[in-house]
Amino acid sequence: MISTLGGFTIFLALGVALYAVIAAIAGARANREDWLASSRNAVLAHFCLVTLAIFLLEYALVTSDFSLRYVANTSTRGSLTRYKIAGLWGSLEGSILLWEWLQALFATLVVARYSDRHRELMPYVQAVLQGISVFFLALMAFGVNPFARVFPIPPDGRGLNPLLEVTDMLVHPLLLYLGYVGFSIPFAFAMAALITGRLSDEWLTITRRWTVVAWLFLTCGIFYGGWWSYRTLGWGGYWAWDPVENASFMPWLTGTAFIHSVMIQERKRMLKVWNLLLITLTFSLVIFGTFLTRSGILGSVHAFADGPVGVMFLGFLTLVLLFSFGLIAYRSDRLKGRGELDSVVSRESAFLLNNLVLVGICFTVFLGTVFPLLSEALRGAKVSVGTPYFNRVSVPLGMSLVLLMGIGPLIAWGRASLNNLRRNFLKPLLAAVLGTALLYGLGVHEFPALLAFLCCFFALGAIVFEFTVATRARARATGESRVAAFATLLLKSRRRYGGLIVHVGVIVAIIGIAISSIYKVEHEQTLRVGESLTIGRYVIRFDGLAAGERPTHVLVWANLAATKDGASLGELTPGQRFYPNQQSPFASVDARYRWNEDLYVVLSAFERDGKSATIKAMINPMISWIWIGGAIILLGVIVAVLPERRLAMLALRSRPQEA
Amino acid sequence: MKGGQVKFLVGGAIVAAALGGLVYSGVRDSMVYFYTPSELMQKREQVTGKSLRVGGMVVNGSVKWDPQALLLTFQLTDGNSTVSVRHRGTAPDLFKEGAGAVVEGAWSPEGYLRSSTIMAKHSEEYKPPTHPETLESKKAVFRSILKEEKK
Repeated sequence: MISTLGGFTIFLALGVALYAVIAAIAGARANREDWLASSRNAVLAHFCLVTLAIFLLEYALVTSDFSLRYVANTSTRGSLTRYKIAGLWGSLEGSILLWEWLQALFATLVVARYSDRHRELMPYVQAVLQGISVFFLALMAFGVNPFARVFPIPPDGRGLNPLLEVTDMLVHPLLLYLGYVGFSIPFAFAMAALITGRLSDEWLTITRRWTVVAWLFLTCGIFYGGWWSYRTLGWGGYWAWDPVENASFMPWLTGTAFIHSVMIQERKRMLKVWNLLLITLTFSLVIFGTFLTRSGILGSVHAFADGPVGVMFLGFLTLVLLFSFGLIAYRSDRLKGRGELDSVVSRESAFLLNNLVLVGICFTVFLGTVFPLLSEALRGAKVSVGTPYFNRVSVPLGMSLVLLMGIGPLIAWGRASLNNLRRNFLKPLLAAVLGTALLYGLGVHEFPALLAFLCCFFALGAIVFEFTVATRARARATGESRVAAFATLLLKSRRRYGGLIVHVGVIVAIIGIAISSIYKVEHEQTLRVGESLTIGRYVIRFDGLAAGERPTHVLVWANLAATKDGASLGELTPGQRFYPNQQSPFASVDARYRWNEDLYVVLSAFERDGKSATIKAMINPMISWIWIGGAIILLGVIVAVLPERRLAMLALRSRPQEA
Repeated sequence: MKGGQVKFLVGGAIVAAALGGLVYSGVRDSMVYFYTPSELMQKREQVTGKSLRVGGMVVNGSVKWDPQALLLTFQLTDGNSTVSVRHRGTAPDLFKEGAGAVVEGAWSPEGYLRSSTIMAKHSEEYKPPTHPETLESKKAVFRSILKEEKK
């Protein structure tokens, strides 16, 4: 019943979306307002249909209707209702449906907001957005149907992958999809600008906030993913350069480059083609990443032809690339920038360099991710490059980005004079050198750590310097107190200062990444009851094993008594979770999270008689700085995107992020 | 501003060259070949000591775990050849007999694969369980240490 209804809804939505594309284009060409209005209605109808499809699938999930293959795959009777709901994005088919629903939602929001303005652009924006939806709907209709039946109907489902049964998993994929879908908005506007030939800054100005909000969602998604990985997977890390992670990181890099290069176009009328290329690249990388991780191609070059998913994604990607590059080539005569770069020592070149480095990192990550494919296709041998490659390549590039974060916002536009350089950079540079020297004196002697601190201190110093100089100047000019001057400054040029706060967040996160990877300590040992292991200043005593029943699994845990320098830290209880129908156990990490260092323990093996257990203990210094940095980034983006009017109204009622 | 343009071209070329060098040296130093157990057994003389990956299935009954020495030994097969693996430390969660695993390490002259990392493979495909299990059967396994109290 649900299967038939759901399948029908998908097909209907596909038809409606297709109609919306055609009506929008035809309406714009024939200049028929009634056709355009009809297309707008179709956008809304399409959204309602996909909402119905989501509702149907959720109903099946919550009521444990195992006649649907998807429900049997991602849900089990015993699951908590919130995890049954989260089953929607627990596997491929549902994720595509959710993605498509967000796509439809964003298209509806865009239409509702801009239909009375930007009359030339909007029909094509609509057509592109609905065109993207057509792809996802076709994917579900002809490839991965979330409403497919299973026979015989199993008595119980297999359940969500237990790794996903944590509250974070309710949030992390949603954030990523919001980011992915968000980037389709500036992409659609860029394509509409190319089609209509309205290649001024109009499309950039309209989509500026959308882009930043999409970037924020993607950023939060990536940080949240790392946080989840760290607390759940039990290997003590947060990022493994796994293709799935790289798939979200690559569009993030080009999206970040886009946000920066847009400023050059607004200010200097340059880099028009570059901006169009960047947003196209960002959107294509979103599709490419999904193709890479969902088609099975990484297992083998030949695997992707087995299912329809790979072929369809590859086809869509080719279409997107041909279409957008074709348009850019077609409009190339109108895309000549007016301005020219004056000097190598200027803010423009700092931005250019930032773009080169970001795209460079993206390229190296891309290369590393597809390396096994390339070598298998070209040389017949499967060769991969692992974490050492990624670390080696991205660390120097990342550090140069940090340096640019110090230079970019302070260096003069056009041509920086020696005087400008001295005035702005002498103090931050001195502060960085002194700070690093101080740390050296305090016992930090590792060269990579010192280098990281030097770069980060310089960038932080430059930002603090900028804030104090501006605050002091305003306080002197207006007679306000320093605090009031600082607050008005934040409010008055929020894009600039919000951006600088984001930079602070990134730098704090980078300090966390650098220090936690350089000074991480790990120790694994098998202990009998009563024995202890020593790691750093911690002593961990094994007091025995215990097991208990949980709603969905059996938990076996070790009782550990931890002390630091002899002072008790209380009990730690790392364990292993055993799920029915899952042959191998899943880790249940326990840790003592602190701002300066985490003590992280995992039960890696145990004897069933309870007499001994193998404990893996780790000290991860300053790893929390990564998450704190993420929170600062969030704060900075909020400062940057909240519009003036709304800030005042915010006290009265909260508004959705649609603005 | 012809001179200015040239400067930018030179600057861009330097950045591109640095990037190329970085990628080249990174790839050269961290390239890891992937072999099946059969390929490894054929080429083991040439590749001794080099970093490589071997993918196969963990042979049933071959996994042995010495908790005191933290030594995990098992055999990896592709149906034709079998490779003995020694791993210091515990296996990842999804590692089990009869399932796929990829081992990164180096061939030791003593005749086994010295593993540094084990990557267990997890299938996303739905297969109805052949012997459906209940929570009770899982509980039975840990009867000796089971506590009735809820934590």
